[in-house]
Amino acid sequence: MEAETKVKGRISDSALVRAATSWYDRHSPVEKAKHWLWIFIRTVLIVGICFIILYPIITKLSIALRDKQDMFDATVVWLPRHFTLDNIKIVMGYLKYSESVTNTLLLSLGTSLLQLASCALAGYGFARLKFRGSAILFGVVIFTIVVPPQTIMVPTYLHYRFFDVFGLYHLFTGKDGVNLLESFWPFFISSGLAMGLKNGLYIYIFRQFFRSLPKDLEEAAYVDGAGIPGTFARVMLPNAVPAIATVMLFSFIWQWNDSYFVNLFAPNYTLLARMLDLLPGAVRPEYVGGISHTSLYLNTGTLLGILPIFILYLFAQRYFVESIERTGLVG
Amino acid sequence: MSKRRTLSLERKKEIYGVLFVTPWLLGFVLLMVIPFVQSLQFSFHKLTLNSEGYSLQYVGLENYRNIFFVDAWYVRSLTEAVTVMALNVPLIIFFSLFTATLLVQKFKGRMLARAIIFLPVVLASGVIAKLDNGNFLAQMIGSASTDMEGNYSGLRSIELRPLLFQAGLSRDIVEYLTSAVDRIYQIISSSGVQILIFLAGLQSISPSLYEAAKMEGATGYEAFWKITFPMISPLILTNVVYTIIDSFYDNKMTQMIQDAAFGRLDFGVSSAMSWIYFLVISIILVVSTYLISKRVFYYD
Repeated sequence: MEAETKVKGRISDSALVRAATSWYDRHSPVEKAKHWLWIFIRTVLIVGICFIILYPIITKLSIALRDKQDMFDATVVWLPRHFTLDNIKIVMGYLKYSESVTNTLLLSLGTSLLQLASCALAGYGFARLKFRGSAILFGVVIFTIVVPPQTIMVPTYLHYRFFDVFGLYHLFTGKDGVNLLESFWPFFISSGLAMGLKNGLYIYIFRQFFRSLPKDLEEAAYVDGAGIPGTFARVMLPNAVPAIATVMLFSFIWQWNDSYFVNLFAPNYTLLARMLDLLPGAVRPEYVGGISHTSLYLNTGTLLGILPIFILYLFAQRYFVESIERTGLVG
Repeated sequence: MSKRRTLSLERKKEIYGVLFVTPWLLGFVLLMVIPFVQSLQFSFHKLTLNSEGYSLQYVGLENYRNIFFVDAWYVRSLTEAVTVMALNVPLIIFFSLFTATLLVQKFKGRMLARAIIFLPVVLASGVIAKLDNGNFLAQMIGSASTDMEGNYSGLRSIELRPLLFQAGLSRDIVEYLTSAVDRIYQIISSSGVQILIFLAGLQSISPSLYEAAKMEGATGYEAFWKITFPMISPLILTNVVYTIIDSFYDNKMTQMIQDAAFGRLDFGVSSAMSWIYFLVISIILVVSTYLISKRVFYYD
């Protein structure tokens, strides 16, 4: 500053201050430093969070691809020295991979389509077709989210073990109820009746979304002579793509990952979640020749368990994130 | 003429409303109300399975007496489940709000960061966690040879602990914070849906509010506490409720209820356990909803 005053000796103090202020305003070093510091901190934080999430997956990938002898080699950290696909092949055998993936895919696809239909109907009914007591019933929907599945577990189990709606079956055939366990029917029935996994949440999502659509859309359809079902199917549903995508993805993924209901209703079915549950028992050290083998197989198993969903997510993630942001999840 | 038409449309709407809701209503009665009442009934009975169904034998409060005074583990597991929940909920809410405010800003690679952070939602950390729990031998091996498995990334609080003690914090707070660091993976992986909800809320706040605040000379810090926080406070309630429900969905307690029913075939005791569990959850939910909703700010 002093040097500046010497050179520009004729400039008065106030002019100097003014120049300094204007330079400061234009370049604002403190603001800029704050800005860059924030960007730096933010980047570190985000990279850190991403790292914590990706770390176990990368570790498992690295372990799954290595040979047994690399497990005791301290120089092998990330890249296996003896690259092999044997682990994957062996664990695929333990998991009966192709069969369990196909079964799980069928189950998840079936339930998510049924849930989509029943929850969209209920959501639209609650959002736009108000009737006496519909507000109370919607409160009940929220209530169903809160009830833990364990509370109704035993009666539900017995219900499907001796399946008989209102005793009708007994009335007509004289026999006791049908055993629906060990089939997909319990899943399909509860999904079709909007009582599957977290279905209260899906009804809520649909209701919020349909409420946010403009009323004129419906009015126009009614004026054009479309009935209520027609309006719903041809006007409202095509506009509800974000909500449909959200519910579809959530229901597919949660059904895919569910092991609770699978163990309850179909404990001997070859489904991926159940086979993964069984894996630690199948690869105990004394069966497979050492702790290192067990570790290899378990890591590979986890990787294989999440692989199909991971691939799905790679393709769907953009849509997934965007659609949830646009859905009326916000209340 | 037109009046009659609108009236009939209203009427039609009501009829179709009932029709649209029917599948759910049927499911609700068959798969929720009936089992709910039955479950309460079972909890006062001894249930025996036989070839043509099951038979009930009234035992009064025996099942409840059993779980409170005979079973050594029930009360302990229940307290543990509640404690874990009480410790995790504030951390999850704080972390998800923080992450959402980071993700809502514009920066390069935002899509990638979002895709990675929502990964735990779809990958169901459950599967990973479950296998890793049964994988403790592998963890020992891992720490012996490469220190890679089990303890994620060496993110341990060994250095943090003395640092915080020196800063003069009390023992409880230090324990809480360090244990939070140790459980960072669990916390991150169970806050995916909460981040989504917060993110959607943050994006729906009108930018003009921030512009006006900036004109008035508010700092970013002030803008957060005076605008962002009140605007998303209803979502904090939503997220607290969601987190509480989520934390009670799968834990030691649920395992116990399931074991009692399908391991020991003690359906009555299992029903009693689940009813106590349900009541405890309901009380926690009601109390926390009441406490938070008093402070919530509603925009409209």
